[in-house]
Amino acid sequence: MTLPEKAVDFVNWRKGEISREIYVSEEVYRKELETLFTRAWLLVGHESQIPNPGDFFTSRMGEESVILVRDKAGEVHVFLNSCRHRGMKVCRYESGNTSLFTCPYHSWTYTTDGRIRGVPLYKALYEGNLDRDQWSLIEVARLHNYKGTIWATWDPQAPDFLTYLGDAKIHLDQALDCRDGRPGGSEVIGVHKWVFPANWKFAAENFLGDTYHNPSHRSVDMIGIGPSALEGVKGRRDNELEQAQHVWCSFPAGHGVHSAVQPEGFEFTNSFKNDPEIADYFRHCHEERKRRLGENARFLPFVGTIFPNTSYHGRQPRSLCAWHPHSANETEAWRFFLVDADAPTKIKDFLRTYYMRYSGPAGMTEQDDMENWLYATNASMGTIARRYNFNYSQSLNASQRNPVVHGIQVRGDVSLQVTEHMAVGFYRRWAQHLDMEPWDVLLGAGDERFAEDMAAE
Amino acid sequence: MDGNLERPRIRRDDSYYALRRDIEEFFYDEAELIDNRRFEAWLDMLHEDLRYFMPMRHNVKFGLHAEREDTKEEEGISWFNEDKWTVGKRVEQILTGVHYAEEPLSRTTHMITNVQILEATPDANDATTVKTSCRFLTYLNRVEYETYFFVGKRYDTLVKEGDDWKVLHRRIILDQNVLQAKNLSTFF
Ligand code: FES
Ligand SMILES: [Fe+2]
Repeated sequence: MTLPEKAVDFVNWRKGEISREIYVSEEVYRKELETLFTRAWLLVGHESQIPNPGDFFTSRMGEESVILVRDKAGEVHVFLNSCRHRGMKVCRYESGNTSLFTCPYHSWTYTTDGRIRGVPLYKALYEGNLDRDQWSLIEVARLHNYKGTIWATWDPQAPDFLTYLGDAKIHLDQALDCRDGRPGGSEVIGVHKWVFPANWKFAAENFLGDTYHNPSHRSVDMIGIGPSALEGVKGRRDNELEQAQHVWCSFPAGHGVHSAVQPEGFEFTNSFKNDPEIADYFRHCHEERKRRLGENARFLPFVGTIFPNTSYHGRQPRSLCAWHPHSANETEAWRFFLVDADAPTKIKDFLRTYYMRYSGPAGMTEQDDMENWLYATNASMGTIARRYNFNYSQSLNASQRNPVVHGIQVRGDVSLQVTEHMAVGFYRRWAQHLDMEPWDVLLGAGDERFAEDMAAE
Repeated sequence: MDGNLERPRIRRDDSYYALRRDIEEFFYDEAELIDNRRFEAWLDMLHEDLRYFMPMRHNVKFGLHAEREDTKEEEGISWFNEDKWTVGKRVEQILTGVHYAEEPLSRTTHMITNVQILEATPDANDATTVKTSCRFLTYLNRVEYETYFFVGKRYDTLVKEGDDWKVLHRRIILDQNVLQAKNLSTFF
């Protein structure tokens, strides 16, 4: 089958139909690597992974290995993990502390700020030919530390990170801020890394807020593994949002989230019942959060995807996930688990135990997701299968701009019912990235849903 | 815990070999139950105070292995770090018949080899607690084409309850860094 010239032709957003090619075609995949992953802001890591000068954490951007490092002066960098001489990986440790990256091949060395320190036999072999200052490790074009999370892009023209994040910020904040409402303050307590045979977009899309896939987690909901499970509470988490109005939001840059707004005067709901001490701690956090954030404390996160491949789980459990592409039908997932850095050990122990039984390839919830993504990719690869679009018409045209929910304005293209409109919004931007549109378009200019907002700005 | 180098090697006498055969039989019984999907019966072989632990393994610089290669039981995130209640939940989940990662059920073969007794308390003759090491090779195939090999080492502490051994502590060292499988949906 010949593919359309423009990626935008894969995405019929008016009807809510999307071609299966975008999940299975090697050609589309190559294009994603060349256009999307070279320009978009990508999650690289967290500053808690590199607290001291010389600390590094080896990460990925797209298919490529990068090094997140804090240099000797304390500044954070992200470098392509490839020697300028013949490309050898200059670092094959996952993390550590060093003053130099020594290439194993011919022993060029680089300092933690990326500069060449040593070239063996420089005087005899290179003097006059090699300007060492020109051959530093390749560094990302832009980097941003947002509340401890480190993001980077290879595109010098990319908008600054906060512009890129737009109104998704307040939602991501809920995942990154302390449980008691203090801004930031999270730390990464571990990173799951695993590969699964599915296209990366299945995972990214799922976390935009695919609430409709709840039935796939029926087994874990039946048995109950949440923070109150010992008290006989079923489900995979506490039902904190029983009284809340759920909101599903699509944003101009392609991000999508599922959050919730609690009604006025809401109280700490029965949660963390496994242990009264844990429950007391979170009740205290709840009160503090209310005190600090006022009405905005009624905003609670659930899940979201920051375009293109970073997802978060906001509360139960709480983590960030980067869906690294391996090929059209293979993805490497990195799940970064978060806790408040200054939480008591007992709280951290409780949370990590819960995270492990919930998330990742050993997690009783996430296992079922992987099964679905694998076989959805697999069964879409056939010649016949590719002729038939996926259906994204759920709650099509049921969204509204910036509605007021329980007295709080929720910005974005927002649905108050279960929906797939975030996915459609995501793929509209995705297609424009592949078509190499300029950044104003990639930030939503020309998207009729946001025209009024943009005119107002 | 893995370093059986530091501890004095138990004398290889008749009582050692008799005890080892006993423990091997126990491990084979476990494998037999799991591979035949008799998960609830397998749970009975686990102690009420079980700790079931599989660390992640990191690529670290020479000299830092003891300290940093494996994630720790006391802190942070691992593949598994749980008690009997949680392992029991995993069994319960499979038995719902709608745990899609194991529905239809995978075919597994658990192989155990290189069994050694590291410690027997009070002694090999009348042991009520043993520490063991072994190697495992677990083959998992599901649906049509999905096939995984999980290979590694296992360090167990078994205690005697009445006439039966029970697993009190299980440390599973899977020799992988990035997990080469979409799921860890079997038992080790
Ligand atoms: S490849 Fe690194 S020094 Fe030659
Ligand atoms: Fe899910």
